Amino acid sequence: MMSTAAHRDEQQAPAAAAPDRRSARSSGRRRAAGPSDLLLLPALAFFGVFAVVPLIGVVVLSFTEWDGLGTPSFAGLDAWTAVLSDPVTWNAIKLTFLLTIVTYLVQFPLSLLLGTFMAGHQKYRELLSVLYFLPLLFSAAAIGIVFKALLDPNFGVGRALQIPFLQQNFLGDPKLAFWTVVLVISWSFVPFHSLLYQAGVRQIPATMYEAATLDGAGRIRQFFAITLPQLKYTIVTSSTLMIVGSLTYFDLVFILTAGGPGNATRILPLDMYLSGFRSNQMGQASVIAVILVVVGLTVSLALNRLSGADSMESQMEGA
Amino acid sequence: MAHVTRRGVLAGIGLSIPAMTMMTACGGGKKPGGAGSSSELSAWILTGAKEKVFQDSFDRWNEKNPDDKFTTQSFANDAYKEKIRTAVGAGNAPTLILTWGGGTMKDYAANGDIIDLTGKVDGIAGRTIESIMQVAAVDGKQYGVPNNDTQPVFLYYNKDLFEQNKVTPPTTWTELMAAVETFKGAGIIPIALAGSSVWPELMWIEYLADRIGGEGVFQKIEANEKDAWSDPAITSSLEKIVELVDAGAFGDGFGSVTADSGADCALVHTGKAAMLLQGSWNYGTFKQDAPDFVSGGKLGYLTFPTVDGGTGDPANIVGNPNNYWSVSAKADEAVQTKAIEYLNDYNLDDTMVADLVAAGVIPSNTGVEDELAASDDADYLTSAYTMVQNAPHFQLSWDQALESSQSQQLLDSLSQVFLGQLDPAGFVTAMNATIK
Repeated sequence: MMSTAAHRDEQQAPAAAAPDRRSARSSGRRRAAGPSDLLLLPALAFFGVFAVVPLIGVVVLSFTEWDGLGTPSFAGLDAWTAVLSDPVTWNAIKLTFLLTIVTYLVQFPLSLLLGTFMAGHQKYRELLSVLYFLPLLFSAAAIGIVFKALLDPNFGVGRALQIPFLQQNFLGDPKLAFWTVVLVISWSFVPFHSLLYQAGVRQIPATMYEAATLDGAGRIRQFFAITLPQLKYTIVTSSTLMIVGSLTYFDLVFILTAGGPGNATRILPLDMYLSGFRSNQMGQASVIAVILVVVGLTVSLALNRLSGADSMESQMEGA
Repeated sequence: MAHVTRRGVLAGIGLSIPAMTMMTACGGGKKPGGAGSSSELSAWILTGAKEKVFQDSFDRWNEKNPDDKFTTQSFANDAYKEKIRTAVGAGNAPTLILTWGGGTMKDYAANGDIIDLTGKVDGIAGRTIESIMQVAAVDGKQYGVPNNDTQPVFLYYNKDLFEQNKVTPPTTWTELMAAVETFKGAGIIPIALAGSSVWPELMWIEYLADRIGGEGVFQKIEANEKDAWSDPAITSSLEKIVELVDAGAFGDGFGSVTADSGADCALVHTGKAAMLLQGSWNYGTFKQDAPDFVSGGKLGYLTFPTVDGGTGDPANIVGNPNNYWSVSAKADEAVQTKAIEYLNDYNLDDTMVADLVAAGVIPSNTGVEDELAASDDADYLTSAYTMVQNAPHFQLSWDQALESSQSQQLLDSLSQVFLGQLDPAGFVTAMNATIK
């Protein structure tokens, strides 16, 4: 609402006073495009109700003490000091960043290579692509439940097939659980990113490869000299999704381990949920939520800046 | 995809609050599933062996009261505990609110979310065991009534494995440790433990603290006495737990075992584990998952062993005295009256008692010895019933008795003790910090 009013002022400004170049140009364009401000309203309303209002609510709640029943009572910075002095929080922050980095290192090369392969013309490619695509069809809850059953050391697939390696205590050993979670997350998200890379590779003009072949470049050379640079923006998109997404993994980890064993997989989103809905400390859960929002926004902003996404231009021939 | 997930999570905590306030403000329009309306009867029930017993009881009411039907909705145990609290907090609860008594029910009562039933439920009070009824009283006011079975915790065991390895059922801690040694040597997990669910680990410290120091140890903790966790009985209970873990009593994989899926029972009836410390509701699980094992008389059950030098009464039991129905204060008065009528006339009536006995659980009613003796599980049910009636003290599960933030810390710290990540002294410090 506020921003709409502000735009109105801006529109009237050129007539009233000497306009600066920028606002004159933007208002001129808006006038030519029709009643665009009004069309913004539905989206703004949704964004306000479902994103801004809850966000403000969480910030307010972080300064209160509330157990979910009755009315929240103002508690100043109590919840903040409680959360920031709790070693569990710092452990959660550490685990969250570790999970982000490790899942990225696993997912990025895998999905890049798979995507490139899926865009090619090899034999059986389509059949294999369908198989790679399968994890994307399952809900995170289903994946969590199935993996939990498969990895059970007593009744899981390892016991059924009599393979000692698969009979390890994957989700019950504090040292193994984290890496198991990394693997399951990668398994379920690699197909999505492969799909992005497949689309990216398909858009690279074949003429570039033909020219490179004529110049005597081999497949490996072509991959590094053409495919990779041409995929720059796909890499930026996919990396942003992976990194910002992994800061907030919740459903899969919740079902697989619920943060356990001990606190071995208690990442920030889980810490938030458990504080809020198991311990019923909504104030402290809100503090963690605010931390998550700040970290998430900072990271995605930093990624945007680093990748120069504000100056996106095509490097494609003729485009 | 990633963004959707993040919003979903944020929405979970942030959005639900204003959204639910709005829903409440709009007033009780009928919502799918029945909860939320103040002018209609509704109840949320738990899935599992007793789900049908509840449902049948409501169906019988609905048949006789076509104008005031109950709508019911079933939830899994853990999901229910979170959902009901949000619903109650938002003034959106079903008419009948199921609790375990203890801390949560006290919170509801203190916030005026449930009504005082004193003097209104004499019908049901007349047919249930007095001490079980008492658990749902706060400061002399009755806020709930028992609604299903009483749930003491037993040491279940696989009789075949005991015979094959020539082990006699342990009655003392020393015998238990000797049995652990023997089974471990035979390549059998001595004791199944659902460490992934964490709460079954509580049963060990609950029983040990009671056997070593008596029921007073936890009563001090419950009363929030300063440094109540420093009681020597707590420390020596934790040392005994460490002793068990170090002896390999729970096997290497207990952290992967979940209770909700019945994996701990499965370890016992498939002969992979010899013993299991679990609640009486697991008898139903055994019956359901391994009917031949139960009917063949392979399932044994013991009271928790005594500990040398312990001052607790060996007849004391821990577990859940019962589940309880409370009546929502947000329901219209006419609806409350109808709900109370249901509680007095249908809840735990003869038919429901018969259904519970058939499901292999112990009803909380007085004078059901004959029904128990006539059932398929006469031995088990009769001995469990006698055990409950003779128990000088029936301790409610600690996680239900304590405030939720305290019980969450308790579960966290205890699971770390079982994993060897926290020593008894660290546990005591962490828990003393929760006392207000």
